[in-house]
Amino acid sequence: MKSKNLISLSELCAHHNIEISFIHSLQATGLIHIVVIKEVYFITPEQLHLLEQYIYFHFSLDINLEGIETISHLLNSIKSLHHETERLKNRLQFYEPHL
Amino acid sequence: MDYVDYYKILGIDRLASAQEVKKAFRASARKYHPDLNPNNSEAKLSFQKINEANDVLSDPEKRKKYDQYGKDWQDAEAHEKAQQNQSRNRQGRTNRPQNESDFSDFFESMFGGASRGQQVKYRGQDFTTTLALNLLDAYKTHKQTLNVNGKAIRITIPAGIENGQSIKITGHGGLGANGGPNGDLYLTFSILNHPDFRRLGNNLYTDITLDLYTAILGGEMTIATLDGRVKIKVKPETQNGDQIKLKGKGFPIYKNESVFGDLYISYTIKIPTDLTDKQKELFTEISKL
Repeated sequence: MKSKNLISLSELCAHHNIEISFIHSLQATGLIHIVVIKEVYFITPEQLHLLEQYIYFHFSLDINLEGIETISHLLNSIKSLHHETERLKNRLQFYEPHL
Repeated sequence: MDYVDYYKILGIDRLASAQEVKKAFRASARKYHPDLNPNNSEAKLSFQKINEANDVLSDPEKRKKYDQYGKDWQDAEAHEKAQQNQSRNRQGRTNRPQNESDFSDFFESMFGGASRGQQVKYRGQDFTTTLALNLLDAYKTHKQTLNVNGKAIRITIPAGIENGQSIKITGHGGLGANGGPNGDLYLTFSILNHPDFRRLGNNLYTDITLDLYTAILGGEMTIATLDGRVKIKVKPETQNGDQIKLKGKGFPIYKNESVFGDLYISYTIKIPTDLTDKQKELFTEISKL
């Protein structure tokens, strides 16, 4: 993977004025995946939104790491339930197209 | 426009300290933040109110003004007008973390467009919207222009998109504040029903009416598919409700549009009416064979 497509964690931390240890803690719980190239830490652009969401949860809403982990798990559950609801709605629409 | 009691919104006393305001805001934001309540418009509205209340009560100057004028805020408007104009010229409205409409008219009248005092970078809010497509639109990749907050954006809608499926359009959500990135726009598709075709996954289903003679003797007929008209062979002695499959005549697979699902055709056999005497005679003859 080319590092030019990745986001440097040191720059991100400077931008948000946070300690890199927080992001390492997120990685330790499996919430974020860090890419290491030549001992420099990066994240992929796809994870940026997620990471910024966690930063907001922690530093603005005062939610600790365990709380973020729980929220992340519940949000994923909501997402998969939403997909399942849509799939079932589509199936119902097939049998009852006038609904 | 009505007076808005910001203390009531945050559930705090008028004498609450700055720390208590912060604590109350955090507690309410944890409950109603849109990221924690996906697809919940009521929570979004509550969060906007909480945000507005916090914007005023966490800023000592705004809070002082709010406390000073309270319910007589309309009189304050006249007194403060000149000051507001100066403030507007000095501080751009774009520094606000949310869309203008996210603040009440009450807020706008009392505080104008002044920016937040904090210099924290905020990512803009994510927006969600629904786009209705008919089945034929979803069948082919096409471009469509959308109007998002007064800005026209052109997007490509890939063939095979499903009803209820969402796509993310990066950076077209709410404006970021203090140099923060813009939010994203989540577009959810609502695929409308088609009078002749029903879709289930990547397969299409349709009903064809067959006359009795073709059903008994077999034959050929031309039918419409989303891909154009095709000729099909009808087997002799086809029964009412029999189903055939036309491979690859269904819906294109999302992001793999050279591959298609199948089209299932169900036959409905139509019994002839208004038979002539001759026809009745022949049917009687057949029935006795």
